Amino acid sequence: MIGNFVTTRFNYILGWARKYSLFHYPFITACCGMEYMSTAASHFDWDRFGTGWTRFSPRQSDMLVVCGTISHKLAPVLRTVYDQMTEPKWVMAFGTCAVSGGIYDNYAVVQGSDRIIPVDVYIPGCPPRPETVLDGLIKLQEKIQKQEQEWRWKKRK
Amino acid sequence: MTTRIQKEASKESLLLNMGPSHPAMHGTIRIMLELDGERILNSEVEVGYLHRGFEKICENRTYFNLLPYTDRMNYVSPLINNLGYVMTVEKMLGIEAPERAQYIRVIMSELSRISDHLTCLAAMAMECGAFTVFLYNVKAREYIWDVIEETTGARMTTSYIRIGGVRADLHPGYKAVLKKAIVETRKVLKDIRGLLDKNIIYLNRTRDIAIVSPETAISYGWTGPCLRSTGVYYDVRKASPYAVYDQLDFEVPLGERGDNFDRYMVRMKEMDQSLRIIEQAMEKMPRPSPSKLMVEALEPAEAIKASRTKRVEKEIKLSPNLEGSERGKYLDILGTDKKYVVPPKEDTYTSIEGIINHFKFFMRGHGIRPPKGEAYFSVEGGNGELGYYIVSDGTDRPYRLHLRAPCFHIVSALEEMIKGHYIADIIPTFGSTNMIGGELDR
Ligand code: SF4
Repeated sequence: MIGNFVTTRFNYILGWARKYSLFHYPFITACCGMEYMSTAASHFDWDRFGTGWTRFSPRQSDMLVVCGTISHKLAPVLRTVYDQMTEPKWVMAFGTCAVSGGIYDNYAVVQGSDRIIPVDVYIPGCPPRPETVLDGLIKLQEKIQKQEQEWRWKKRK
Repeated sequence: MTTRIQKEASKESLLLNMGPSHPAMHGTIRIMLELDGERILNSEVEVGYLHRGFEKICENRTYFNLLPYTDRMNYVSPLINNLGYVMTVEKMLGIEAPERAQYIRVIMSELSRISDHLTCLAAMAMECGAFTVFLYNVKAREYIWDVIEETTGARMTTSYIRIGGVRADLHPGYKAVLKKAIVETRKVLKDIRGLLDKNIIYLNRTRDIAIVSPETAISYGWTGPCLRSTGVYYDVRKASPYAVYDQLDFEVPLGERGDNFDRYMVRMKEMDQSLRIIEQAMEKMPRPSPSKLMVEALEPAEAIKASRTKRVEKEIKLSPNLEGSERGKYLDILGTDKKYVVPPKEDTYTSIEGIINHFKFFMRGHGIRPPKGEAYFSVEGGNGELGYYIVSDGTDRPYRLHLRAPCFHIVSALEEMIKGHYIADIIPTFGSTNMIGGELDR
């Protein structure tokens, strides 16, 4: 009984800590990168939501921001980057191209990054306005708070 | 797959791969290096990671529909891309935009140019470690995008410049916003010069690194700020003036040595000139024709309702779409020829002729159909000469569309530029070329 209580509290606290310290790796390929810059810089500043640290190494980051068109040539690179990230990790599909291929319905473009990696939050828009991105970020934070957290010495059922 | 450099590299040297997702490089490009310690002996640059099939897509879209794709070429300055494409089609059709539209085009492309240069320098400085410069530049860019958004309704991908003119007139309050943007940008430019010009770290990383001689630059087909940094006087705006650039007074800043620092300096000076152009264009722009007093006018919803029973004679208050795109404004900004201009929305929604015109414009096989033939037209983009080459077979889709992307020519010289330098020098060199994936790989 007490054990359960401690576990749920710990789960909650871990979620709270994780959602406000999302180190992110921007996988910037195309136009959406410009809006990513705007969101990250001073005017919109998603540091306010605890996403301030841009880690340019997948091994140090928790959130992968797939920002822009993923062509077939780039797909293996995206997959590698995702695999290099350590658990727990979340993925944000930023822009219509990352969500579904967008206006590029042709031979060269992967029709959505969720064909290669699991995606947690989809942000539509071509490119999405920074406000939309912030909204998506908050949605992701809610998701992180609610989900069941993993930790090393957790008892498996 | 063995690459060229793997075959050619000597046994003693070290091979290193940089990219396509490298922390200190923006954009997706892969550089393979053959190293002797820290020094680069040889390199191979691989492009194509953002190939989105632009040219092929365009062959399957009508002349009107492919406009949004041009936005996403050089996505830091989308309005210039629009302009290049639109002017090529206008050249084929033999039409010219109204004068006010020409001035709006100039203002918009100069704003885009500033945002392009700001972004380039922001990325370049950030990768050298000057994060403050990045924040300042993006701040200035935000003010510029505010102006663009006020008028066009979008921040980046606007599709604002249309065949025959522009989509909507300038926003009524644009002057205040534009003035604010100019003041803020000037302030930021001053700040950046204070931060970077005499900064010894920045100078060490940029001065005399990756020197390009004028001959090499020309032989690679360089244009734009990068070519001008080597001291060659070539600017499409001066060499073959389009829109109303010949009526505006501006200088073309030149560099002397053609190194990274000159490329930075030329861009800084160009932004000053662009601000000057915008100020002049604001002064010289013809006034809009006085719009009628809309006291008697109907609300759009009422008009649509009334049109179900009889023809609506009265004016309609606000057009149901972008502000400044009412029927009355068309003469100022778009022209009236039904062959290449989307009919005003008031007509489409309230009259039979309007809706027929609308269908005729968008129906397959109708719409804008340039005569058989080919045309090439170039404008001065953020990176240099941005040219469109279109072949028409008389139908409503281009038979072939080719984009002359300035970036491609600059990046093709990258191998030569970084040869003999240190690995760390790749970063500012690459930053100063302003590689834009969308334009490079198309
Ligand atoms: S969603 Fe639109 S803006 Fe974003 S990368 Fe794709 S085409 Fe560019």
